[in-house]
Amino acid sequence: MASAAVSAVAETSEPAASTGLARVLQAVTGRLVIIVPYLWLLFFFLAPFVIVFKISLSTTAIAMPPYTPAFSLDEGFAGLWSQLQELNFDNYLWLTDDPLYLNAYLSSVWIAGVSTLLALLVGYPIAYGMARAPVSLRPTLLMLVILPFWTSFLIRVYAWIGILKPEGLLNQLLLGLGVIDTPLVILNTHTAIFIGIVYSYLPFMILPLYSSLEKMDYSLIEAALDLGCRPITAFWKITFPLSLPGVIAGCMLVFIPAVGEFVIPDLLGGSQTLMIGKTLWNEFFANRDWPVSSAVAVILLLLLIVPIMIFQFAQARAQEQGR
Amino acid sequence: MNPTWSRFNITSVVLGFAFLYLPIVLLVVFSFNASRLVTVWGGFSIKWYGELFRNQGLMDAAWVTLRVGVISATVATVLGTLAALALTRYTRFRGRVLFSGMVFAPLVMPEVITGLSLLLLFVAIDLDRGFLTVTLAHITFSMCFVAVVVQSRLMSFDRSLEEAAMDLGAPPVKTFFQVTLPVIAPAVVSGWMLAFTLSLDDLVIASFASGPGATTLPMKIYSQVRLGVTPEINAACTLMIGIVAAGVLAASIVNKRREAQRQRDAQAALRA
Amino acid sequence: MKSLGSIRRDFAPWKDPSAKPYIAFENVTKVFGDFTAVDDLSLTIFEKEFFALLGGSGSGKSTLLRMLAGFDEPTKGRILLDGQDLAGIPPYRRPLNMMFQSYALFPHMTVEANIAFGLKQEGMPKADIAARVAEMLKLVKLEQFAKRKPHQLSGGQRQRVALARSVAKRPKVLLLDEPLGALDKKLREETQFELMDLQQSLGLTFVIVTHDQEEAMTMADRIAILDKGQVMQVATPAEIYEAPASRFVASFVGNVNMFEGTVAAREANKARIAGASGAEIFVENAGDAAAGNAVAFAVRPEKIKVSSKRPEGSANAMEGEVFDLAYLGDMTVYHVRLPDGQVVKASALNSSRLTDDPLTWNDRAWISFQPDAGVVLTR
Repeated sequence: MASAAVSAVAETSEPAASTGLARVLQAVTGRLVIIVPYLWLLFFFLAPFVIVFKISLSTTAIAMPPYTPAFSLDEGFAGLWSQLQELNFDNYLWLTDDPLYLNAYLSSVWIAGVSTLLALLVGYPIAYGMARAPVSLRPTLLMLVILPFWTSFLIRVYAWIGILKPEGLLNQLLLGLGVIDTPLVILNTHTAIFIGIVYSYLPFMILPLYSSLEKMDYSLIEAALDLGCRPITAFWKITFPLSLPGVIAGCMLVFIPAVGEFVIPDLLGGSQTLMIGKTLWNEFFANRDWPVSSAVAVILLLLLIVPIMIFQFAQARAQEQGR
Repeated sequence: MNPTWSRFNITSVVLGFAFLYLPIVLLVVFSFNASRLVTVWGGFSIKWYGELFRNQGLMDAAWVTLRVGVISATVATVLGTLAALALTRYTRFRGRVLFSGMVFAPLVMPEVITGLSLLLLFVAIDLDRGFLTVTLAHITFSMCFVAVVVQSRLMSFDRSLEEAAMDLGAPPVKTFFQVTLPVIAPAVVSGWMLAFTLSLDDLVIASFASGPGATTLPMKIYSQVRLGVTPEINAACTLMIGIVAAGVLAASIVNKRREAQRQRDAQAALRA
Repeated sequence: MKSLGSIRRDFAPWKDPSAKPYIAFENVTKVFGDFTAVDDLSLTIFEKEFFALLGGSGSGKSTLLRMLAGFDEPTKGRILLDGQDLAGIPPYRRPLNMMFQSYALFPHMTVEANIAFGLKQEGMPKADIAARVAEMLKLVKLEQFAKRKPHQLSGGQRQRVALARSVAKRPKVLLLDEPLGALDKKLREETQFELMDLQQSLGLTFVIVTHDQEEAMTMADRIAILDKGQVMQVATPAEIYEAPASRFVASFVGNVNMFEGTVAAREANKARIAGASGAEIFVENAGDAAAGNAVAFAVRPEKIKVSSKRPEGSANAMEGEVFDLAYLGDMTVYHVRLPDGQVVKASALNSSRLTDDPLTWNDRAWISFQPDAGVVLTR
């Protein structure tokens, strides 16, 4: 009666060796899912950082590649040890000696910080308005926020040149309206960078804000109003605290990339602006000083670790609360 | 009760979208300007589009960008999907923390660092910079974005679908291709689109990783933009925006139709 | 054709010592991290049996089913199917199929393709597949829905597609994980009988996991009550209800009154239990309880009579006060508080329209029950 079932079982398990092999093969195919992307990232993501770190410790040379390796395995491990003893932190000392770099770091953090704050001020009312919009309209509004992200970053920054330059559209408009007599100088100033960063990263600010505001239960506000709270107070006591995870996520998503930004300060900020991404680029392409640009990169990375950790921590907590 | 959409709310949304879209709209409008002076309206013309297609350098760059985009997006989609599977399906394996770190780090890594480090790698392994290196670089950073998109879909994936397939006799690999992949296909496709857009858009990493003969469109545009705004670039940008906007709109319309159909079907099923 | 009832009445392989079990769990333990889902559990299931695993959440019932299907491997112990150890055999090579709680219908395939999926994996010829799919669609009365996708079906229809898909391969054993959980009450009751008919007509062994005792009682030949990964009792529905093996089983299935006490005297099958409050209870089926044992006498509410006067000739009668009552139309449930504070539940069928003895809140009332109305529980 049950013979068919038994034979089906028997067939599959009988030649123990072949199932053993099959199982090994199975395990390997399963592991490939991990191994392939893992190796790729080790080779193309982690290894390059090790190289950056290594080169940041070597000395500049006029050659191709333009540096003398700090250590290599050519002389075996004994050689490696002696090389380690003579490790060269000159590039880092150089960075601390020359105020250019310190100023570049400070000004990057300052510009990114101010821009983040401005993006929050601009983005919050928009996200709030979207979250209060009729439910049927929300998906469309959301898509409209995401859409610019799909268009080229470079193009969006470029568009502002035409608007901000002295004979640009903004000045034409203001002069035409008689608001000003002489054209405003906006391009090649910090203001232009602020505008550029706020404009480019605004969707990153709006999206997390919107998602935390949208899922908020409106009856909480009603309860607060019912208990005698004025609308403004209700906003500060209820809405804003509950949207804090979104505020943190949005700020980090703007701040982190803004610190290392290159395109915006380069196109809108002019030659006077100091930002670390631009300094690295110049060090590398103009001065061809690979060791120093590597050291700049290492320090920039260290600088960003703290905000990245804050971001990850906030995300993890938001996920826990979501459960 | 639903919150009311106050005048303040409406105003902030309208002004916000005006801020987001006005610069792009102006750029598009001025690409049809007959005048060479970008900011002075000299009548409607499409001559800059003609100029654009006669500009061999720009056309070559566009062709390079397109090829890099398609190849890197495709490879990145495969690798990113694998990485997403590894992260969602294998909760413990040696080095998982490092692995997930490497998947998420490129998302927030400044492009200058990624670009510089990849370039130094290519120099270290003595790989000539060009088409291949740009493609490898784009695969590396865009696969992480694909992984995030696919992973979020896999998190809500009903594992019992796979168990059902195996229960009905499909071995794991067959189960993946017949059940898992078709179900997560929309996420994989949007992962590909994201990777393609990122590749199309990238200036910084390409500048580091590229070499002679492999100038991408953003690199070309950047070098011309540095010399000043020209209507030709406006035209090129308009074309790029148009293509992307058309793609995104088409995708969202298809999605909306499908969703509406789905809802009608569900209602019909309930009535039946 | 034999009626369903007569087949089921004669079917009792577990009483036959020579019958060979079809599925056997032997000392199976399953540990997830530091949680023991199944704890040294042994269980046998016979061919063509409709077997229910009944328990609350975390009782290990689903884990048992998943180990049988091959999605989880036991940490310790073995699982035998017709004498064959299932260890190391992946789910796709086991001759049993499962119907999932979520139905797990492939959303990108039509009803037809869903049902054909398992047959295709076997490499069955196309014509045969088409014939089998048509047969299955007829079986679950979904012929006109063959080309629909799952999202175009109602909950009940989806449930039937899932059923058709899982029996299409003619598995020897069908595993059902809360198969009726997502249906509304009326549909659930109808489907229970459909499942029983199907099991008989296809001659399959059904193993069903459920947390719904009514469902298990209605459908199963035997029920295993599980708690914390262990089997509390395996028996027919009637045995489970009338002769529970422990306090846990008695209170898990249905309502019950527990009279706690010690066995004061034991004679043949009879015993006298000294209740905690001093009342004495005479019982006729004392089981294995010996004098001095702490026991509980478990009596179902419908076996307790409530009256305003002391009933004549009743072995066990206690006086108390009507503490609460619920008139349910067909019957009335009384909560009578005894002097020691215990609240006894008694249900009385309202068999005549007028009651000459209308008891109401705060009335003095007598509860009484026969010496064989309940069971003596030592565990």
